[in-house]
Amino acid sequence: MKADPSAVATGVHFIDGDEACAEGAIAAGCRFVAGYPITPSTEVVEHIARRFPKIGGMFIQMEDEIASSICIQGAVWAGCKSMTVTSGPGFSLMMEHVGLAAITETPCVFVNVQRGGPSTGLPTLPGQADVMQARWGSHGDYEIIALAPSTPQECFDHIITAFNLAEKYRVPVFFMMDECVGHMLGKVRIPAADRIEIAERKFTTRKPGEYLPFKVYEGDQPEMVKAGMGHNIHVTGLTHDERGYPAMNAEAQDRLITRLCRKILDHTDEIAMYEEDGIDGSDVTIVSYGITSRVAARAVELARAQGIKVGLLRLITLWPFSDRLIQDVASKTKSLIVAEMNMGQMVLEVERAVHGKVPVHLMGSAGGAIIEPEAILARIKEVAS
Amino acid sequence: MTTKPVNPVEPLLRMDRIPHIWCPGCGIGTSVNCFARAIEKADIPHDKLHVVSGIGCTGRVAGYVNLDSFHTTHGRAIPFATGLALARPEAKVVVYSGDGDMFAIGGNHFIHAARRNVDLTVICVNNLTYGMTGGQVTPTTPLSAKASTMPYGNFEDTFNLPNLAEACGAVFVARWTVFHVRQLVRSMTKALQRKGFTFIEIIAPCPTLYQRRNKLGDGAATLKYYKEKSIIKNGASTAEAGLGFQSEIVVGEFVERERPTFTENYAARMKEVLGASFVPYEGPK
Ligand code: SF4
Repeated sequence: MKADPSAVATGVHFIDGDEACAEGAIAAGCRFVAGYPITPSTEVVEHIARRFPKIGGMFIQMEDEIASSICIQGAVWAGCKSMTVTSGPGFSLMMEHVGLAAITETPCVFVNVQRGGPSTGLPTLPGQADVMQARWGSHGDYEIIALAPSTPQECFDHIITAFNLAEKYRVPVFFMMDECVGHMLGKVRIPAADRIEIAERKFTTRKPGEYLPFKVYEGDQPEMVKAGMGHNIHVTGLTHDERGYPAMNAEAQDRLITRLCRKILDHTDEIAMYEEDGIDGSDVTIVSYGITSRVAARAVELARAQGIKVGLLRLITLWPFSDRLIQDVASKTKSLIVAEMNMGQMVLEVERAVHGKVPVHLMGSAGGAIIEPEAILARIKEVAS
Repeated sequence: MTTKPVNPVEPLLRMDRIPHIWCPGCGIGTSVNCFARAIEKADIPHDKLHVVSGIGCTGRVAGYVNLDSFHTTHGRAIPFATGLALARPEAKVVVYSGDGDMFAIGGNHFIHAARRNVDLTVICVNNLTYGMTGGQVTPTTPLSAKASTMPYGNFEDTFNLPNLAEACGAVFVARWTVFHVRQLVRSMTKALQRKGFTFIEIIAPCPTLYQRRNKLGDGAATLKYYKEKSIIKNGASTAEAGLGFQSEIVVGEFVERERPTFTENYAARMKEVLGASFVPYEGPK
């Protein structure tokens, strides 16, 4: 399905990542947004609040992030594509409803413009220290998808991917921006609507009485439904059976949770988006994502100018984490440096996947300022020598 | 051939989930019975009526009504229902939950939904305790009443729910006990037919926990108390509707007023400011 031409702001714009994210969501077909003001993500909802009344969308500023993160789920069950947007403490407040979206298989998007934490931390300065929280933040076992854009253009392009993945896998998708990407101005090209591919929500065509809302008829996901289709659905955050009815036993738990995990993990390689450059035969490869990957690219340039063989792997998909991708990279390089604006989060996944095959080093920081290319260069030299 | 007599409320219940989990003498079932009758009276097509619950004994109501129904998280039924109602303006969305769920953990959402006048009917079964977790104190447990977390009797002041709802902006506020089934059906019907944030408090027994811990007898004894101590005062000031331990219970329809809903205010403002460039929300694309 193509985007709605009456809503897409086709053209070349000079805008920041937050605004590009909002425009991307509009292009993706999002017509319901609930949010609560919090720096540095507020510009996303401010832009939505200006645009939605002109394109038939519904925006509501809720009383807090707890409310926002479940309000959007009510809208999804009415048939809307929906998202909420937050940062820092707001992200922590949303965690219970991440779990609700996961267990009820509610397709929706959570945007987190990351800042320095924990707690109130550094409201106006960047961080990348919520990437594990995106993966593990709610209690219990479940799988989600998380993407990390590195430019305003990618904020536009990949928020559309985020909505499409949410529909395809019936899962909450996290869009893990950071303060730098969110506030960075850049050229953003918004294509014509007929060049933007968006996923249509596929509602069941089965008749009432012949449809169970949590039964998988084909593929890995149950068929989607919305309120008012005559199926008298029941949706619960309790462990449930195929009818959606509570089922309080270990067998039902095993069946449901295994399916929720497998429906994502079995497609890890399809979901994995990344860019690689000069990895084969390198002495060291930088693994990075988001704003830090742009700095890393500069460090790679500087290192190559000095004759060091350096590769770069830029992750766009953070979760599910592709072990195969990292193992493949590890087989082509002599060592890895994971550069990220936290005290060492994705590096743990890289280490786990590499399993000692090559040395893995961390180039981390506590956040608050982007890591300087020179700092990464120094680390490259240290590791390569 | 004999046909099994069909209880008039059966079509509105998920009969494949009966027997329900509620204890003998619990007031929640009675309230659901009234709700089913009110739905019939209000004559709302079933595909345009949705029920959202939070967590707790009353939170299980969504699981028993044969409508599109949503059993959400603790305290958050109202914001979920807000999203559902705003995104599907042609439907009537009912929030059905308990006093602990809606006024302790969920209190913030209640006051804001009432303030915004979101088109919701909110039904609170107030049994003065947390049932599901074993009889702890709630914001409505009367002073001096015992609860598992108030073993020496409650010393916290309580919410007067009709007064709170009125102050926050509800356009219809009523309170009945589960003894007043006919009146309750009538008020529920009215609430379902009205636009805007409507609120009904239902005083109900939790014989297993509240009544037993406070040595107040069983469900029947509680109905007798409701019968003897209730004062029907339609139009009474909600300020006089506070409840004490085994006190008199002022019941009736207290508030009926008009206020534009969230959706109406939104459309009016946008039309005024944006004129022809305003594109009203007309359901999911
Ligand atoms: S514990 Fe109380 S509220 Fe819960 S079902 Fe039993 S009687 Fe009803």
